[in-house]
Amino acid sequence: MTSYMLRRLAGMVVVMFIVASIVFVIAHVIPGDPAAVMLGSDATAADVAALRARMGLDAPLVLQYLRFLIAAAHLDLGESIFLNRSVVAALAERAPLTLQLTVLAAALAIGIGVPVGVISAVKRGSVLDQAVTALSMTAASLPSFWIGLTLIEYLAVRLGILPVAGYGPPDADMLERLRFLILPAIAVGVPNSALIIRFTRTGMLDVLQEDYVRTARAKGLSPRMVIVKHAFRNARTSVLTVIGITVAGLLGGAIVTETVFALPGVGNLIVSAVLRRDYPVIQGALLVISGVYVLVNLGVDLLYAVLDPRVRY
Amino acid sequence: MSEAVLGAPVAAPRAPASPWGLLLRRLVRRKLVLLSLFVLLVVGVCAAGAPWLAPYAPTRMDVAHRLSAPSARHWLGSDDFGRDTLSRCMWGARLSLSCGLMVVLLSLVCGTVLGIVSGYVRRLDGLLMRVTDALMAFPDILLAIALMAALGASLFDVVIALAFVYTPRVARVARGATLVLRELQFVEASEALGASDGRVMLHHILPNLISPLLVQGTFIFAAAILTEAALSFLGAGVPPPNPTWGNMIAMAQQYMQRAEWLILAPGICIALTVLSLQMVGDGLRDALDPKLRRLT
Repeated sequence: MTSYMLRRLAGMVVVMFIVASIVFVIAHVIPGDPAAVMLGSDATAADVAALRARMGLDAPLVLQYLRFLIAAAHLDLGESIFLNRSVVAALAERAPLTLQLTVLAAALAIGIGVPVGVISAVKRGSVLDQAVTALSMTAASLPSFWIGLTLIEYLAVRLGILPVAGYGPPDADMLERLRFLILPAIAVGVPNSALIIRFTRTGMLDVLQEDYVRTARAKGLSPRMVIVKHAFRNARTSVLTVIGITVAGLLGGAIVTETVFALPGVGNLIVSAVLRRDYPVIQGALLVISGVYVLVNLGVDLLYAVLDPRVRY
Repeated sequence: MSEAVLGAPVAAPRAPASPWGLLLRRLVRRKLVLLSLFVLLVVGVCAAGAPWLAPYAPTRMDVAHRLSAPSARHWLGSDDFGRDTLSRCMWGARLSLSCGLMVVLLSLVCGTVLGIVSGYVRRLDGLLMRVTDALMAFPDILLAIALMAALGASLFDVVIALAFVYTPRVARVARGATLVLRELQFVEASEALGASDGRVMLHHILPNLISPLLVQGTFIFAAAILTEAALSFLGAGVPPPNPTWGNMIAMAQQYMQRAEWLILAPGICIALTVLSLQMVGDGLRDALDPKLRRLT
């Protein structure tokens, strides 16, 4: 187990190194001078030169790359010229909101996906199963921002059940804030539950065909016991796999949905950074979000061994 | 199961069916897949024929009839400039479908080359797969929007950005299948006969990758349409006044209470197209892989 963990951690470092290289390349393939692009068309040559020097863009590319890697390894992601503060500080300020939204959406996606997937597998071929499959495929075909906007219109504006947008007054407490996150979490969570339903259903169908499930039934266990205690326990690994995959979808959904609901999170930061070409913020956000994804998937791999004692590393 | 057993003998006596004919026949046997193909055909015809079929030009303004509800004049209503929603949806289909199609083609070509090389030439496998791991650690929309910040804002840039996002997925599928194929005897036989690496990859491995790649291509088509819509919605895609489904929704936001059709119409276009593509993808996978059929 220890040697496996060490190997996995080393692999993670390699992947993050490549991620950082990709991020560097993306920010440096820009046609033209990023400093000039950032300052806009009415900047003087002196302004541009000053910004170039400040961003270290006048150094040779290899040196810039090494500096970037070393800084990133020290969690120094540079300065945002537009925000006039460090990228780490800007991300840290907005991360809690995005994290809450993602966790809430994940809870919703899993809360819908797993039970529905199990039921749909148990009632395989029934009207219920077909309806669930059709509904989940439809949900997966809807853009999360569109779901968000329709929810705002029908649930918030017309019925007034939940707040339309924003994140409440600055002094609002956690519980009050949570109300602002319900609709965004639905917009992000529902489309992502589709994949979880599908994987859970397939995983359960595989397990339900096993001999030991038939044995459990034959010895007279109640159907509920067979499903919960025998079948689902072994389908958990496929559920875990899909949850690992879904993290990317959830984070991506959160980025777009924050814009719809005017939530001041990381997603909103990224979108405004892209629209005004704030490259240090874009770089930093790419690194942090992919880092989260890699970490979650490391956790998922380690959890396999906890859930399934047959898995040995 | 019974389908698989009955299908072959019934099909055989009619004519020596081509593999493609057989595939098509298996596909249309499922009603939902048939319906999806029909929807895609309609969307495709609207997209290809938009210049002739659309009742108005997509940018033609009619200020006297701005934000008008669906009527005989404007079947799906009109927007804040009095532009016809139906016409704009049709032109939007043109953009979404052509973008999606180009992304699929580009990522299939690049991903297949990378995947086969990675799976067959083992020296490169480690590095290439770590790079795809790294690329897949970014959410689709995040990588796409970051690339758009670096590239520009034209249809061409959107295609490049999305092809970059989806190439690793193709590479993964191609590599996985190549790893299986290279252990099979016909590949071994060909190697024993002295075929070069290039020849084995091109003549023996590539033809066997067509089915998994076809399925993956359909799913990428669906995903690309969704991501393109999100890019346009966020203002990082094809810029207005060109209508795209995504930027139509973005512009409709502020008129949602007065003109809900403005947001419903493009949303339904996206949902129908993506759903149909996913159905066809599922159908293709089942038709091509008999082992999977028992699970559906």
